[in-house]
Amino acid sequence: MTADIAPLLVAAAPERENGERPWQLALHRLWRRKAAVVGFSVVVFFIALAALAPLVSPYDPVATNFLLVRKPPSLLHWFGTDEIGRDVLARMIWGTRASLLAGLVSVSLAMMTGVPLGLVSGYVGSLLDAVVMRLIDAMLAIPFLILAIALAAFLGPSLTNAMIAIGVSQMPIFVRLTRAQVLSVKQEDYVEAARAVGNPHYRILLRHILPNIVPPLLVQATLASAAAIIAEASLSFLGLGQQPPDPSWGSMLNTAKNFLSQAPWMAIWPGLAIFALVLSLNLFGDGLRDALDPRRS
Amino acid sequence: MTAFLLRRIALIVPTLFFVSLLIFGLQQLLPGDPALALAGEERDPSVIAFLREKYHLDQPLPVRYALWLKGVAHGDLGESIRIKRPVSELIAEKLPVTGELAAFAIVIALSIGVPAGIVAAVKNNTPVDYGATIAALWGLSIPNFWLGILLILLFSVRLGWFPASGFVSPAESLRQNLMTLIMPAFVLGNAIAAVMMRHTRSAMLQVLDADYIRTARAKGLPQWRVVLKHALRNALVPVVTLGALEFGALLSGAVLTEQVFTIPGFGKLIVDAVFNRDYAVVQGVVLCTALAYIVLNLLADIAYVAINPRLRA
Repeated sequence: MTADIAPLLVAAAPERENGERPWQLALHRLWRRKAAVVGFSVVVFFIALAALAPLVSPYDPVATNFLLVRKPPSLLHWFGTDEIGRDVLARMIWGTRASLLAGLVSVSLAMMTGVPLGLVSGYVGSLLDAVVMRLIDAMLAIPFLILAIALAAFLGPSLTNAMIAIGVSQMPIFVRLTRAQVLSVKQEDYVEAARAVGNPHYRILLRHILPNIVPPLLVQATLASAAAIIAEASLSFLGLGQQPPDPSWGSMLNTAKNFLSQAPWMAIWPGLAIFALVLSLNLFGDGLRDALDPRRS
Repeated sequence: MTAFLLRRIALIVPTLFFVSLLIFGLQQLLPGDPALALAGEERDPSVIAFLREKYHLDQPLPVRYALWLKGVAHGDLGESIRIKRPVSELIAEKLPVTGELAAFAIVIALSIGVPAGIVAAVKNNTPVDYGATIAALWGLSIPNFWLGILLILLFSVRLGWFPASGFVSPAESLRQNLMTLIMPAFVLGNAIAAVMMRHTRSAMLQVLDADYIRTARAKGLPQWRVVLKHALRNALVPVVTLGALEFGALLSGAVLTEQVFTIPGFGKLIVDAVFNRDYAVVQGVVLCTALAYIVLNLLADIAYVAINPRLRA
């Protein structure tokens, strides 16, 4: 995935075509990619659902009703009820918050730690770079979910700790990507010129290099959000994420697997929601990558 | 080749050092006194004192790390506080189960992903290509634990074709063993098949554009021969080596798949250890996974250089 978005750097060059700025060109290209537009629309729909949960949720997501245990979908409960009579639709709507929060917080954490580390490592080079890269190799040697499970195990099960664990596990990819981009950009004439006129290193990094490596980072962030949402659902499914009674799609599936023959609807909807959100983010990420890469357009 | 090998092996040493630091460091994340956490609900001061001495918690951090590392180097990964057995023994017991599941999953991934990638490349920019690309995206986006649940719903609950959970060893009954592994292996292989399809398609597209393929076509060779004999042989080199890197995804997926289908493997071991607060087992599993990943990466790199004559020089 990282290698795929390496050529995006070219897009950062401040060229103009028909008087349009690069970001306007990229937006036009993105608009022409219908799959990406559909993906973006679905993501916006889920964001709206999470934001308006108190208004659109038909019931209290944690209110139990033992007269309505495992009722199939009906006009009153569109997606049915769960093993203690809670409305599945209401829990799904509120569960959107946990998934989106996990995507946003984990990726922000990964970027806030990974991008500065990659910037400094790539810019300074030498021993620091070698040490950072070996550390990153070590982190990448531990499979993503196994590292997240181990971190969540030692930190304790909760949504916050799951988000920290996912963020830490995703950080190495951002370090590698940022470093690779810095190594390429720092040879450019404009960086050399900035150095020649006596700009301090931090200014060269923040004002001249960072803005030029944003496009690949943006694409990686979108694709990483999809991975983070699946990871949060996985950790919650294992009981290491959102804790009951608070709803999350992963924990809903964890409960649902015990009632597959009696209440299959409990398993269908939360899984479908994860699938739709992740697929949409992947479609949008793929479209964004193509739109920001002139060679693919 | 020898210089490459030596350089590549030399790079592993610092990586292994950092892996050991990371895994040892996990224990330091435990909130409060680790001896209290290890003791669980046991609050007897003598037990806590015993644990503190046993795990050298009364020693400075660098000494503890050195002692832990010495143990690991001698194959001592500690002891499970719940099962009271050496962690290495537990891992050795569970590894064949996950190994069989993983091997089965790889076979499924290769038999779906590679042919789909070939067809998509040969039929580039046609509805077949779009269909295969969409199927790959579908495979990458579907959470494998949900796919597992759906398969159980259809094939176990509705049709009753396969058992919904459990594992039968091949020594006990080969037929039952295959019956219990078909669904989990498909679930696990699904995402990797999608990645394989993408790699194969992209590698084949590059190769199909090469001069020697044009020459083969100009000689009047049939399409299947050009694709399968001339193009595929070269396209498979990066596919196989990139495939080895999917090992991490395979192990991550195995954790969830084993949980859904209640398979007593490596993945279930780590999840059960997490809930039992059996930290030595968690550390042991993570260490073994990282070691396996590093070794596989090394083998993949060696294979890549060995197969590719241009890199051998």
